[in-house]
Amino acid sequence: MATITYHAVDVGETLPPHESRPITRHVLALYCGASGDHNPIHVDIDFARKAGMPDVFAHGMLSMAYLAQLLTGWVPQDQIRQWGVRFIAITPVHAKVLCTGRVVEKFEADGERRVRLAIDAHTDGGIHTLSGDAIIALP
Amino acid sequence: MLDRSFIGLETEPRSVAVEASQLRFFARATGENNPIYFDEAAARAAGHAALPAPPTFLFCLASLAPEAENVMARLGVDMGRVLHGEQSFTYGERICAGDTITLTTRISDIYDKRGGALDFIVQDTEATNQNGQSVGLTRTVIVVRNG
Repeated sequence: MATITYHAVDVGETLPPHESRPITRHVLALYCGASGDHNPIHVDIDFARKAGMPDVFAHGMLSMAYLAQLLTGWVPQDQIRQWGVRFIAITPVHAKVLCTGRVVEKFEADGERRVRLAIDAHTDGGIHTLSGDAIIALP
Repeated sequence: MLDRSFIGLETEPRSVAVEASQLRFFARATGENNPIYFDEAAARAAGHAALPAPPTFLFCLASLAPEAENVMARLGVDMGRVLHGEQSFTYGERICAGDTITLTTRISDIYDKRGGALDFIVQDTEATNQNGQSVGLTRTVIVVRNG
Protein backbone atom coordinates (compact mmCIF):
# COMPACT_ATOMS: atom_id res chain seq x y z
CA MET A 1 0.00 0.00 0.00
CA ALA A 2 1.48 3.36 -1.03
CA THR A 3 1.59 5.81 1.87
CA ILE A 4 -1.01 8.57 1.49
CA THR A 5 0.30 11.84 2.95
CA TYR A 6 -1.64 14.91 4.01
CA HIS A 7 0.28 17.22 1.69
CA ALA A 8 -0.26 15.00 -1.33
CA VAL A 9 -4.04 14.91 -0.87
CA ASP A 10 -6.34 17.60 -2.27
CA VAL A 11 -9.95 18.41 -1.44
CA GLY A 12 -12.10 16.92 -4.19
CA GLU A 13 -9.78 13.97 -4.76
CA THR A 14 -11.51 10.59 -5.00
CA LEU A 15 -10.45 7.29 -3.46
CA PRO A 16 -9.92 4.21 -5.63
CA PRO A 17 -13.47 2.77 -5.73
CA HIS A 18 -14.24 -0.64 -4.27
CA GLU A 19 -16.82 -3.06 -5.64
CA SER A 20 -18.17 -6.09 -3.79
CA ARG A 21 -18.96 -9.41 -5.35
CA PRO A 22 -22.70 -10.09 -5.89
CA ILE A 23 -24.56 -10.56 -2.59
CA THR A 24 -25.93 -14.05 -3.09
CA ARG A 25 -28.16 -15.81 -0.57
CA HIS A 26 -25.06 -17.81 0.36
CA VAL A 27 -23.18 -14.58 1.19
CA LEU A 28 -26.11 -13.52 3.40
CA ALA A 29 -26.03 -16.86 5.23
CA LEU A 30 -22.27 -16.56 5.77
CA TYR A 31 -22.63 -12.97 7.00
CA CYS A 32 -25.44 -13.99 9.37
CA GLY A 33 -23.12 -16.48 11.07
CA ALA A 34 -19.95 -14.42 10.87
CA SER A 35 -21.46 -11.21 12.19
CA GLY A 36 -23.68 -12.61 14.93
CA ASP A 37 -26.66 -10.74 13.41
CA HIS A 38 -29.18 -13.57 13.35
CA ASN A 39 -32.24 -11.53 12.37
CA PRO A 40 -34.06 -14.03 10.09
CA ILE A 41 -35.26 -11.25 7.77
CA HIS A 42 -31.90 -11.48 5.96
CA VAL A 43 -31.86 -15.23 5.36
CA ASP A 44 -35.37 -16.68 5.72
CA ILE A 45 -37.70 -15.73 2.85
CA ASP A 46 -40.75 -17.10 4.72
CA PHE A 47 -40.02 -14.77 7.63
CA ALA A 48 -39.35 -11.83 5.29
CA ARG A 49 -42.67 -12.31 3.47
CA LYS A 50 -44.59 -12.54 6.75
CA ALA A 51 -42.98 -9.22 7.70
CA GLY A 52 -44.33 -7.69 4.48
CA MET A 53 -41.11 -7.75 2.44
CA PRO A 54 -41.03 -9.31 -1.06
CA ASP A 55 -37.74 -11.14 -0.36
CA VAL A 56 -34.82 -11.26 2.04
CA PHE A 57 -32.44 -8.30 1.80
CA ALA A 58 -28.82 -7.65 2.72
CA HIS A 59 -27.69 -6.55 6.16
CA GLY A 60 -26.87 -2.84 6.16
CA MET A 61 -23.73 -3.73 8.07
CA LEU A 62 -22.54 -5.94 5.20
CA SER A 63 -22.46 -2.85 2.97
CA MET A 64 -20.76 -0.93 5.77
CA ALA A 65 -18.11 -3.69 5.87
CA TYR A 66 -17.55 -3.08 2.13
CA LEU A 67 -17.19 0.65 2.85
CA ALA A 68 -14.63 -0.28 5.52
CA GLN A 69 -12.70 -2.13 2.79
CA LEU A 70 -12.76 1.08 0.73
CA LEU A 71 -11.11 2.87 3.67
CA THR A 72 -8.59 0.15 4.58
CA GLY A 73 -7.67 -0.12 0.90
CA TRP A 74 -6.64 3.55 1.08
CA VAL A 75 -4.96 3.84 4.50
CA PRO A 76 -4.04 1.46 7.33
CA GLN A 77 -7.01 0.89 9.65
CA ASP A 78 -5.29 2.55 12.64
CA GLN A 79 -5.64 5.91 10.83
CA ILE A 80 -9.46 5.77 10.89
CA ARG A 81 -10.50 8.00 13.78
CA GLN A 82 -14.26 8.08 13.40
CA TRP A 83 -16.83 7.29 10.76
CA GLY A 84 -20.52 6.77 10.32
CA VAL A 85 -23.24 6.16 7.80
CA ARG A 86 -26.97 6.50 7.31
CA PHE A 87 -28.71 3.55 5.70
CA ILE A 88 -30.97 5.21 3.15
CA ALA A 89 -32.27 2.28 1.10
CA ILE A 90 -32.44 -1.48 1.36
CA THR A 91 -29.82 -3.48 -0.56
CA PRO A 92 -31.59 -6.25 -2.48
CA VAL A 93 -30.23 -9.77 -2.77
CA HIS A 94 -27.96 -10.33 -5.85
CA ALA A 95 -26.80 -6.69 -5.88
CA LYS A 96 -23.15 -5.72 -6.10
CA VAL A 97 -22.16 -2.80 -3.87
CA LEU A 98 -20.05 0.00 -5.32
CA CYS A 99 -18.22 2.03 -2.65
CA THR A 100 -16.86 5.49 -3.34
CA GLY A 101 -15.14 8.18 -1.30
CA ARG A 102 -14.06 11.77 -1.81
CA VAL A 103 -11.92 14.15 0.26
CA VAL A 104 -14.14 17.04 1.36
CA GLU A 105 -12.03 18.77 4.03
CA LYS A 106 -8.45 18.99 5.32
CA PHE A 107 -7.91 20.12 8.90
CA GLU A 108 -5.84 19.70 12.05
CA ALA A 109 -7.25 18.40 15.33
CA ASP A 110 -5.80 16.81 18.47
CA GLY A 111 -2.30 17.58 17.20
CA GLU A 112 -2.62 15.64 13.97
CA ARG A 113 -3.49 16.23 10.33
CA ARG A 114 -6.79 14.82 9.25
CA VAL A 115 -9.09 14.65 6.27
CA ARG A 116 -12.84 14.24 6.14
CA LEU A 117 -14.16 11.94 3.46
CA ALA A 118 -17.67 11.77 2.07
CA ILE A 119 -18.42 8.09 1.51
CA ASP A 120 -21.27 6.42 -0.34
CA ALA A 121 -22.50 3.01 -1.40
CA HIS A 122 -24.65 2.33 -4.46
CA THR A 123 -25.91 -0.94 -5.86
CA ASP A 124 -25.01 -1.91 -9.42
CA GLY A 125 -28.70 -1.20 -10.10
CA GLY A 126 -28.10 2.43 -9.22
CA ILE A 127 -29.76 2.51 -5.77
CA HIS A 128 -28.02 4.87 -3.33
CA THR A 129 -27.92 2.72 -0.18
CA LEU A 130 -25.46 4.24 2.32
CA SER A 131 -24.20 7.77 2.82
CA GLY A 132 -21.76 8.97 5.44
CA ASP A 133 -18.40 10.42 6.32
CA ALA A 134 -15.08 9.36 7.78
CA ILE A 135 -12.31 11.19 9.64
CA ILE A 136 -8.87 9.87 8.67
CA ALA A 137 -5.51 10.87 10.18
CA LEU A 138 -2.72 11.27 7.62
CA PRO A 139 1.05 11.54 8.11
CA MET B 1 -45.29 4.20 20.44
CA LEU B 2 -42.36 2.81 22.38
CA ASP B 3 -42.09 3.36 26.12
CA ARG B 4 -39.90 6.44 26.61
CA SER B 5 -39.08 5.37 30.18
CA PHE B 6 -36.40 3.10 28.64
CA ILE B 7 -34.32 6.17 27.75
CA GLY B 8 -31.22 6.09 29.92
CA LEU B 9 -31.38 2.35 30.52
CA GLU B 10 -27.86 0.90 30.70
CA THR B 11 -27.28 -2.82 30.29
CA GLU B 12 -25.05 -4.93 32.52
CA PRO B 13 -21.51 -5.02 31.05
CA ARG B 14 -20.93 -8.15 29.00
CA SER B 15 -17.65 -9.64 27.77
CA VAL B 16 -16.75 -11.44 24.58
CA ALA B 17 -13.52 -13.07 23.38
CA VAL B 18 -12.15 -12.00 19.99
CA GLU B 19 -11.44 -15.30 18.26
CA ALA B 20 -9.16 -15.69 15.24
CA SER B 21 -11.55 -18.26 13.76
CA GLN B 22 -14.45 -15.77 13.94
CA LEU B 23 -12.30 -13.06 12.30
CA ARG B 24 -11.41 -15.45 9.45
CA PHE B 25 -15.11 -16.35 9.08
CA PHE B 26 -15.96 -12.62 8.92
CA ALA B 27 -13.23 -12.02 6.32
CA ARG B 28 -14.62 -14.85 4.19
CA ALA B 29 -18.23 -13.64 4.52
CA THR B 30 -17.28 -10.09 3.50
CA GLY B 31 -15.06 -11.14 0.58
CA GLU B 32 -12.05 -9.57 2.27
CA ASN B 33 -8.96 -9.70 0.05
CA ASN B 34 -6.45 -7.94 2.34
CA PRO B 35 -4.50 -10.84 3.89
CA ILE B 36 -3.76 -9.00 7.15
CA TYR B 37 -7.40 -9.78 8.10
CA PHE B 38 -7.17 -13.57 7.63
CA ASP B 39 -3.48 -14.57 7.45
CA GLU B 40 -1.54 -14.41 10.74
CA ALA B 41 1.82 -14.07 8.98
CA ALA B 42 0.58 -11.13 6.89
CA ALA B 43 -0.90 -9.53 10.02
CA ARG B 44 2.43 -9.83 11.85
CA ALA B 45 4.34 -8.49 8.85
CA ALA B 46 2.04 -5.43 8.97
CA GLY B 47 2.93 -4.86 12.62
CA HIS B 48 -0.02 -6.54 14.34
CA ALA B 49 0.44 -8.93 17.26
CA ALA B 50 -2.40 -11.11 15.94
CA LEU B 51 -5.21 -10.87 13.39
CA PRO B 52 -6.74 -7.38 13.72
CA ALA B 53 -10.51 -6.94 13.88
CA PRO B 54 -11.68 -4.96 10.82
CA PRO B 55 -13.47 -1.62 11.35
CA THR B 56 -17.06 -2.84 11.65
CA PHE B 57 -16.28 -5.94 13.72
CA LEU B 58 -16.88 -4.03 16.96
CA PHE B 59 -20.57 -3.98 16.00
CA CYS B 60 -20.44 -7.75 15.49
CA LEU B 61 -18.93 -8.25 18.96
CA ALA B 62 -22.00 -6.54 20.37
CA SER B 63 -24.19 -8.99 18.43
CA LEU B 64 -22.06 -11.99 19.40
CA ALA B 65 -22.47 -11.04 23.08
CA PRO B 66 -26.14 -10.06 23.26
CA GLU B 67 -27.47 -8.27 26.31
CA ALA B 68 -28.83 -10.63 28.96
CA GLU B 69 -31.95 -8.47 29.28
CA ASN B 70 -32.87 -8.43 25.54
CA VAL B 71 -33.89 -4.79 25.48
CA MET B 72 -35.65 -5.06 22.10
CA ALA B 73 -38.01 -7.74 23.46
CA ARG B 74 -38.68 -5.68 26.59
CA LEU B 75 -39.51 -2.70 24.38
CA GLY B 76 -41.94 -4.94 22.52
CA VAL B 77 -40.10 -4.56 19.20
CA ASP B 78 -40.93 -7.08 16.45
CA MET B 79 -37.62 -7.95 14.71
CA GLY B 80 -39.48 -8.26 11.38
CA ARG B 81 -40.20 -4.51 11.55
CA VAL B 82 -36.69 -3.35 12.41
CA LEU B 83 -34.35 -1.49 10.06
CA HIS B 84 -30.87 -0.20 10.74
CA GLY B 85 -31.03 3.59 10.42
CA GLU B 86 -27.56 4.83 11.24
CA GLN B 87 -24.26 3.44 12.51
CA SER B 88 -21.08 5.16 13.61
CA PHE B 89 -17.77 4.21 15.19
CA THR B 90 -15.09 6.10 17.12
CA TYR B 91 -11.91 4.13 17.73
CA GLY B 92 -9.41 3.79 20.56
CA GLU B 93 -6.86 1.01 20.96
CA ARG B 94 -6.85 -1.57 18.17
CA ILE B 95 -8.74 -4.84 18.68
CA CYS B 96 -6.93 -8.09 17.90
CA ALA B 97 -7.57 -11.81 18.16
CA GLY B 98 -6.98 -12.89 21.75
CA ASP B 99 -8.51 -9.75 23.26
CA THR B 100 -11.49 -9.87 25.59
CA ILE B 101 -13.83 -6.94 24.98
CA THR B 102 -16.32 -5.70 27.56
CA LEU B 103 -19.37 -3.85 26.23
CA THR B 104 -21.85 -1.59 27.97
CA THR B 105 -24.87 -0.39 26.00
CA ARG B 106 -27.09 2.53 26.90
CA ILE B 107 -30.36 3.61 25.30
CA SER B 108 -29.61 7.29 24.71
CA ASP B 109 -32.86 8.28 23.05
CA ILE B 110 -36.19 7.07 21.73
CA TYR B 111 -38.23 9.27 19.39
CA ASP B 112 -40.75 8.96 16.58
CA LYS B 113 -41.35 10.56 13.19
CA ARG B 114 -44.20 10.77 10.69
CA GLY B 115 -46.84 10.87 13.40
CA GLY B 116 -45.60 7.67 15.02
CA ALA B 117 -45.26 5.65 11.79
CA LEU B 118 -41.57 5.24 12.58
CA ASP B 119 -39.94 4.82 15.99
CA PHE B 120 -36.21 5.44 16.46
CA ILE B 121 -34.06 3.84 19.17
CA VAL B 122 -30.57 5.29 19.74
CA GLN B 123 -28.10 2.92 21.41
CA ASP B 124 -24.57 3.89 22.48
CA THR B 125 -22.07 1.16 23.30
CA GLU B 126 -18.73 1.66 25.04
CA ALA B 127 -16.09 -1.02 24.56
CA THR B 128 -12.95 -1.68 26.61
CA ASN B 129 -10.29 -4.37 26.38
CA GLN B 130 -8.85 -6.68 29.04
CA ASN B 131 -6.39 -3.94 30.05
CA GLY B 132 -9.17 -1.46 30.72
CA GLN B 133 -8.31 0.62 27.62
CA SER B 134 -11.09 2.05 25.48
CA VAL B 135 -11.23 0.34 22.10
CA GLY B 136 -14.14 2.33 20.79
CA LEU B 137 -17.61 3.73 20.95
CA THR B 138 -20.45 2.80 18.66
CA ARG B 139 -23.77 4.50 18.05
CA THR B 140 -26.63 2.54 16.51
CA VAL B 141 -29.94 4.02 15.42
CA ILE B 142 -32.64 1.39 14.97
CA VAL B 143 -35.81 2.24 13.05
CA VAL B 144 -39.05 0.40 13.82
CA ARG B 145 -41.79 0.43 11.15
CA ASN B 146 -45.20 0.68 12.83
CA GLY B 147 -48.61 0.05 11.30
